Amino acid sequence: MTVHNLYIFDRNGSCLFYNEWNRKKQAGISTDEEFKLMYGMLFSIRSFVSKMSPQDMKDGFLSFQTSKYRLHYYETASGLKFVMNTDLSVSNARDTLQHIYSNLYVDLVVKNPLVPSCQPLDSELFGTRLDSFIRSLPYYSPTLPDPFWFWSWF
Amino acid sequence: MSLSGTNQTNSELFTLTYGALVTQLCKDYENDEEVNKQLDKMGYNIGVRLIEDFLARSSIGRCQDFRETADVIAKVAFKMYLGITPSVTNWSPGGDEFSLILENNPLADFVELPDNHSTLIYSNLLCGVLRGALEMVQMAVDVKFAQDSLRGDNVTEIRMKFIKRIEENIPAGEE
Repeated sequence: MTVHNLYIFDRNGSCLFYNEWNRKKQAGISTDEEFKLMYGMLFSIRSFVSKMSPQDMKDGFLSFQTSKYRLHYYETASGLKFVMNTDLSVSNARDTLQHIYSNLYVDLVVKNPLVPSCQPLDSELFGTRLDSFIRSLPYYSPTLPDPFWFWSWF
Repeated sequence: MSLSGTNQTNSELFTLTYGALVTQLCKDYENDEEVNKQLDKMGYNIGVRLIEDFLARSSIGRCQDFRETADVIAKVAFKMYLGITPSVTNWSPGGDEFSLILENNPLADFVELPDNHSTLIYSNLLCGVLRGALEMVQMAVDVKFAQDSLRGDNVTEIRMKFIKRIEENIPAGEE
């Protein structure tokens, strides 16, 4: 159970915010390139999903998973994109991403007139509040071996 | 800027603050046209931020058509921020134009326009707010006051005209 990292993209595809928590393997490219690659993939998935869907969709693309991690995606009507990678045990992080948008991003970034829109965030308050929110998530902490495992012997 | 109808003191403070703003603009600029323009510009800057607050609080997704947009503006947004529900009328045959009729305009509660400000569109901030907010959800819309009870009309009417859908930017290097 863990959160790997989180990206926030604006409607034009620039990365407003990035932070990582438990990320063991780096991409091996510059962060700028990584953001572009990530956004490009999301953009393609969105158009792929909307073209391939046999029915009209409400939310569109929600998440994908590989053998090792799951990528959760939440997009607002205003085009902000919240992307969080977790391990496979987290089945649905939609509420979490929605909470980050409506309680952290809107309150600390949008309502702060001194934060320019459409530029990478350097709001310290947002960074720390987000960090503590992520750390407080029930599925944040990596699974540790049970320290009382030997009790099962008795 | 939460101005629910339940909190009267709060909304009066807003009305009076807005009045002070308009008064100051009238002092700063000689002609009404310029004041109208400034109000629209300020409204736009408010609108582009206000939309995020609105989306976060109402959890309303993307609208399918302009009629749904009209409903959301009148019934949810105006209600949430100004405590009123304007009626939506005068649809154009093509469905790309409608009017919001405001029975009473909360911005102009205590206002009487002097004769020398006959071209001042007192609540023009609202037009900017609507335009800015809709632009952020990919709708280019033309917003203007068609009637204003402050200027002797029976009702206050905001006319909204859908111009086009703003296409999303394709990221660099993608096709």
